[in-house]
Amino acid sequence: MVSEITKSDGRIVKSEAVPPAVEIHDMTVAYHRKPVLWDIDLVVPEGKLVGIVGPNGAGKTTLIKAVLGLVPLASGHVEIYGRPYRRQRHLVGYVPQRESVDWDFPVSVLDVVMMGTYGRLGWIRRPGRAEREVALRCLEQVSMRPYADRQIRQLSGGQQQRVFLARALAQDAQIYFMDEPFSGVDAATERAIVKLLQTLRGQGRTVFVVHHDLQTVREYFDYVILLNMRLVAYGPTETTFSTQNLQRTYGGRLTILDEAAEAMRRREPVS
Amino acid sequence: MSGLGVADKVMLGTALLGGAAGAVGTFAVLRKRSLVGDMLAHASLPGIALAFLVISFLNREYHADLNERSLLALSAGALVSGLVGIAAVTFLCVWTRTKEDAAIGIVLSTFFGAGVVLLSRLQQQGSSGGLQTYLFGQPATMRQADVLVLWIVLAVVLACVVLLYKEFQLVSFDPGFARAQGWPTLVLDLSMMGLLAVVTIVGLPIVGVILMAAMIILPAAAARFWTERLGRMLVLSIVFGSASAAGGTLVASGHLADWLGFDPLAFGNNANLPPGPTIILAGTAVFAVSLFFAPSRGIAARLVREVRLRRKVLYDHVLRALYEESEPSLPRRPAIATSSLVEKRGWTRRQLTRLLRRAERKGWLEAVDGRVQLTATGLEQGARLTRAHRLWELFLVDQANIAIDHVDRDADDVEHLLPVELIERLEQQLSASGRLPSTPDVLPQSPHELGSFLT
Repeated sequence: MVSEITKSDGRIVKSEAVPPAVEIHDMTVAYHRKPVLWDIDLVVPEGKLVGIVGPNGAGKTTLIKAVLGLVPLASGHVEIYGRPYRRQRHLVGYVPQRESVDWDFPVSVLDVVMMGTYGRLGWIRRPGRAEREVALRCLEQVSMRPYADRQIRQLSGGQQQRVFLARALAQDAQIYFMDEPFSGVDAATERAIVKLLQTLRGQGRTVFVVHHDLQTVREYFDYVILLNMRLVAYGPTETTFSTQNLQRTYGGRLTILDEAAEAMRRREPVS
Repeated sequence: MSGLGVADKVMLGTALLGGAAGAVGTFAVLRKRSLVGDMLAHASLPGIALAFLVISFLNREYHADLNERSLLALSAGALVSGLVGIAAVTFLCVWTRTKEDAAIGIVLSTFFGAGVVLLSRLQQQGSSGGLQTYLFGQPATMRQADVLVLWIVLAVVLACVVLLYKEFQLVSFDPGFARAQGWPTLVLDLSMMGLLAVVTIVGLPIVGVILMAAMIILPAAAARFWTERLGRMLVLSIVFGSASAAGGTLVASGHLADWLGFDPLAFGNNANLPPGPTIILAGTAVFAVSLFFAPSRGIAARLVREVRLRRKVLYDHVLRALYEESEPSLPRRPAIATSSLVEKRGWTRRQLTRLLRRAERKGWLEAVDGRVQLTATGLEQGARLTRAHRLWELFLVDQANIAIDHVDRDADDVEHLLPVELIERLEQQLSASGRLPSTPDVLPQSPHELGSFLT
C-alpha cells in the first residue's frame, strides 16, 4: 500500500504501508482511583474527520486528554502511526476547551498563535520572523489576521475559538484533537470551522472533534465514536450513527459500571 | 563596592531584592500562585530556628548572635522547612480532600507558631534581635557578602526568566496545551516555584517573614494595570519592585527627611524604623497609583469612559427626540418648542437647557427664543441615530420575539454601543426578510407609536 501525505507547505511525502493514524489499545482511565473510561479499543485510519459523541460525563474530554497524556492511564497504550505516542507527539495538535484558560492573560492574539510553533522550536530558542509569518498565515486561514495585535480578552467567544484553531494550525500536526470547538460560536464561525476541518482532511490529516450537536454529526463527520464511560459504538457515521446506537449511548448511564466505579473509589467491595 | 556606605549598601541590597521579587512575582501572579511565596515565608521560620540550633551545637558557642550566623546555613534551613510546608499542604489537599485554602491556613499558622516558639526560646538564651530580625527584617546588619549574594540571586533569576521566557509564558497561560506539546510542565512549574523560593528565602532577613509575600505580589499586580503584554509587564514589575524597595529603604533610613528638611514620620517615639514595612507601603503606593491612574485598566480611565458613554447617550437622546419631532415636516427643518421636548422625555428643564446649549456649541442645532431647529449636520446625525434605534427595535420584535411595548427601553440601552458593522448586518438581515423600505434613504417606521413611551 502506498499513500501520500501532503504537508502544509505543499510537500508530498510518499510512504509505504501507512499504519493507522491512531490506535488505542485497552485504555482505562481513572480519577482518584474511580474509573471514568473503561477498556477503550479504537483503530482510526488517516485522513478522516472523527466525531466524539456522548452525554455529559461520558468521558469525551477525558478520552482526548488520556490520548494526549494529560491524564494518566490506568491501563492500555496509544500508538500514533504505529509507534508509541511519546515518540510521535510532534505529529499531534490540540485545541483545548475555550474555558480552560484565563483570557485576561497579558498576551496578544499573535502571541497565542505563535505558541503553536513552540514545540518545533524546542528549549530556549525564541520565536523569530519565520514563526511570526507562520502564525500570521494561520490567522489568515481563520479570518482573524486583522485581530493579530488585540489583547485576547477583547475577542468574542467565536473569535477566541478561531484563535485556538489558528494556534493548532501553527502546530502543523498530522492528527488533531479538538475539544468542543463548536461550543458557544456563532453560525459564521461554525461554517468557517467546518470548512477548515474539510481542508485538513483534504491534506490527509485526521481530526477528532468532541461534538454536542447530534443534528450535524452526519453532515460533518466520516467516523463517529459513541461514548458513555465505555465505547458504545465506533465506525463510519453512516452505519454507526443509528437510532439504536444512540439509544444505547444516551439511554441512561450503565448503573452497574457506575456502582463498580464508585466502589473502586471507596475501595470497598460491591455488596 | 567597598566604597559604599552602610546606607547605600542597604539601599542597593533591597533594590536588588525588589527587582528579583518583581520578576518572579510576575509569573507567580499570572500562574495564580501568589500565595506560595506567603506560605514559603511563614513556613520557613521553624527551619531558621532549627538551623540556628544545629550551627550553635556544632560550634559549641551557644551565645552568639543570630545575625552573625552564616546566612547560607540559615537560608538552607528556611528553604527546607518552607518546602516541607508546601509538601504538607499538597498532602492535605490530595489525600484528605481538605480544601486548598483551609490547608494553607492550617499549615501556615502551625509552622509560623512553631517558629515563633523556637525563636523566642533561643532569643532568651542567646542574645538580642533573632526573632525580630526574621519577623520584620533587619537590613542594617547586611554585610558586603550579603549584597553579593543578592547580586547573584538577581542575576540567576533574570537569566532564567530571560532564557525560559517562552516556556514560562506558555506554562502560565495554558499548561494543558504545553503538556500536550511535550513540555515537562511539572519541571517548568517547579523551576518557577524554585526561583520564587530562592528569592523569598534570601529576602527573609531583609523584609521579614510577614511582609515578604507582599513584596512579590505588589509589583506584579501593579504592573498588570499598565500593559497587555507579558514582556512589558515583566520589565515594569522589576522596575516597580526595585524602585519601591529603594524608596522604602530611603524613607526608613531617614535620608528622605534629610533631603526634605523635615521628617514626615517624626511622631511617637523615634525608634529605629525597619525598612520592611516602609518598602511594602511604597509598593502599595505604586499599586494604588496604578489602580487609579493606569490608562485603560485603571479606575480613573474606566470612570472617564463611563461618563463619556453616559454623555453620549444623553446627546443621542436629544438628537433622536429632535429628529422624531422634525420627521413629519421633512425635508423642512421645523423650529421645535423646547417645552414639547420636556414632556417627551424624563428630563428636567434645567438638564435639557444645558444639553441643548452644549449641542448648539457642537453645531447640531440653533436655538431662537424657546425654540430649537436642527442644523444640517444635526439632522444627519439624528437620522443616523434614529435609524440604528429602529433597526434594533425591529430586530428585537422580529427575530428575538420581544413584546413591542418592551423594545424601546431595550433598544435604548444597546443602540449607543452598536458597532457600524453590526448595524449593516442588521440592515441586510431585515431587508432580506422584507421589513425595510426599499429605498435606502428612507428610515424604517418605528414599530411602536412615537412619543408614547418613557412617561
